[in-house]
Amino acid sequence: MDTIKIIIAGVGGQGIILASDLLSDAAMNAGYDVKKSEVHGMSQRGGDVVSHIVIGKKVYSPLISFNEADFIVSFEKIEALRNIDYIKDDGTMIINNMQILPLPVASGSMDYPKNSIEEIKKIVKKTFIINAEEEAKKLGNIKVMNIVILGFLSKHIKVIERKYWDKTLKEKLPQKIFDINYKAFEKGYTLE
Amino acid sequence: MKELLSGNEAVARGAFEGGVHFACAYPGTPSTEILENMSKYIEVKSQWSVNEKTALETALGASFGGMRALVAMKHVGLNVASDPLFSAGYIGAKGGLVIVSADDPGMHSSQNEQDNRNYARAAKIPMLEPSDSQEAKEFTKIAFAISEEFDTPVLLRLTTRISHSKSIVELKEREMVPIKGYEKDIKKNLILPAHARLLHKKVEERFKKLKELSNDFKYNYIEYNDKKVGIITSGISYQYAKEAMPDASFLKISLTWPLPDLLIKEFAKNVDVIYIVEENDPFLETEIKSMGIDVTGKELIPIVGELNPYIVKVSLGVLKPYTPKNIEVKAPPRPPALCPGCPHTSVFYVINKNRLIATGDIGCYTLGALPPLNAMDTCVDMGASITNAIGLEYALKKNDDKRKIVAVIGDSTFYHSGITGLIDMIYNGSKATVIILDNSITAMTGHQDNPGTGKTLMGEETQKVDIENVVKGLGVKNVKVVDTYDLEEVDRTIKEESKKDELSVIIARRPCMLIPEMKKKKFDKYQVDETKCTGCQMCVKLGCPAISFDKTEKKAKIDYDLCVGCSLCFQVCKFNAINKI
Repeated sequence: MDTIKIIIAGVGGQGIILASDLLSDAAMNAGYDVKKSEVHGMSQRGGDVVSHIVIGKKVYSPLISFNEADFIVSFEKIEALRNIDYIKDDGTMIINNMQILPLPVASGSMDYPKNSIEEIKKIVKKTFIINAEEEAKKLGNIKVMNIVILGFLSKHIKVIERKYWDKTLKEKLPQKIFDINYKAFEKGYTLE
Repeated sequence: MKELLSGNEAVARGAFEGGVHFACAYPGTPSTEILENMSKYIEVKSQWSVNEKTALETALGASFGGMRALVAMKHVGLNVASDPLFSAGYIGAKGGLVIVSADDPGMHSSQNEQDNRNYARAAKIPMLEPSDSQEAKEFTKIAFAISEEFDTPVLLRLTTRISHSKSIVELKEREMVPIKGYEKDIKKNLILPAHARLLHKKVEERFKKLKELSNDFKYNYIEYNDKKVGIITSGISYQYAKEAMPDASFLKISLTWPLPDLLIKEFAKNVDVIYIVEENDPFLETEIKSMGIDVTGKELIPIVGELNPYIVKVSLGVLKPYTPKNIEVKAPPRPPALCPGCPHTSVFYVINKNRLIATGDIGCYTLGALPPLNAMDTCVDMGASITNAIGLEYALKKNDDKRKIVAVIGDSTFYHSGITGLIDMIYNGSKATVIILDNSITAMTGHQDNPGTGKTLMGEETQKVDIENVVKGLGVKNVKVVDTYDLEEVDRTIKEESKKDELSVIIARRPCMLIPEMKKKKFDKYQVDETKCTGCQMCVKLGCPAISFDKTEKKAKIDYDLCVGCSLCFQVCKFNAINKI
């Protein structure tokens, strides 16, 4: 393994920062060097949010270039589309089947792409679609959607063993919300 | 112990470990989290200042008293603080004084991409530039030591990618540094011309010593590899260049000012060609070329925008430009917008409806400039809304232009730089209308307390600075306070006050919907009665993210989860098609 490059994309408020923090901590706990980068500021006000995470023996740049990402995890359908140029040829795309209308679409001046997933599948062979919102609702708290997605992703990142994920969740999540988040992670981990 | 820290967290940790006694800042992306994290260390007195100038002067005061002091700001904040910066360069530092400037190449959340390495050169102050979080922590500690040893303030320059990227940091214990105490020393601390002439000589002597330090500094180092290509770089650019040309030889510069001239000359002798990889200005390039060394920099590396590994690789010719993937569907843009229930929305709706000229300012509310509100004409810098209005008003009058001007400024920006402008308005007889958008928090940077909230950074209660009292105390006769959820009142007040042939101040008040007290409150949500909706889109013109318009059905829709029940859409609907759930 040289490095593993992961992009987590979505919309402000979806819990992307926490998910990418937990992923980075799990990688560190597993003994790897890790860097992650995202930009806060204007993007908090309903804009798109992207987090880059690079894991390896030695990591230089926290930013990922076009055609380099091993994984793109998109919390919202069209955010996968926005970042598609970053996926490498045999990369894996994980898309949460959720739709959040950008303002130009909501106001009726632009259209929300209808067949984005089909188009992505034509380019990225390994594309997984998950309904994390639904699973989180079933668990009783929509907010744990990010952890469901993280659980699903964790299964695909083979270099981080499950025990490091468990350790990270225990250390980083407040006790009050640990149980439901752990269930959410487990749910994502076992999703097909 | 190891921990993943952002550059900003690492600076706070470094200051803590380095025995800092006092820290202050005015919030500004990407620097804000430095002080937010500082406040977690209860051993250190940390506080929000009213602006960057007051912050640097406060920190210098602490340094006069022999304390180690840290002051943080975004790059444009250093413009505000530049007056005391240059004086501090002469005065030096009794207690270590570290000034953090977080630059924003790429302008993720800023109005320009000025390169603050230029300030180090101009103010003759040493500058350190970390390239990851571990260095951010180390360099903060080193900066205090350099500051005290060389009797100088030290600039620590971060960029957005350093401030907001996380990497692994080894934590250490706090060093216990005694406070040196205050002693009167007017030849140093009181810079009237007679003293300053002597101090300037000392500054130049200090500069020579700092140059020696730079040549011996262990974080300015050469990594010899393939000697056909040599790269000189600093900060985050080092990481990008390492990824672009891992086999090249490197001179990594961490003490960027003054530059290690001997080290640079040695490196130049041993490699065939030199590339300079740096973000924004050709700072290293200009200096190194002036030493008579042949280097290539901005000829290849872009001067505009943020760098990344891709740009560096393509610029250096080690990668072909990327051909975008062949996909027909494109993602519509997702521009930032005022939040559902934003207390500023009604003011901008009214400004737009009444076609007023609005000189704007810096904060969340700058988003009022975007469609569909389109309610801002200018945005320059903190406080400029008020002072721009003074000059523009005069120009309109001379041109017989009858349009009315409103200056729109937020509460935190008003405290920062609006009050002096308002005094200027009064003094020079302005008849414009100032609207102070008081959402009772510094919202844009992530909800920091300010003089209007009655709370300090450390969470203590403090005296509130009341905007009405300030404005009335200055002598403004027409002062109105409106609730921004009452659209009719906002509309009437702005119309009335802007028509007056006198200066008016309208305080448009309602707390930000995102502060915890407001989030806890329950409001009745609204829905669209589709049988009554005519598709006129009046509600859509509010720009509320909860409202969408279905083009095929020609009906407005309100997203139940996003609606916070501000009722503005209910108030603008002429067909009673919006009602409480």
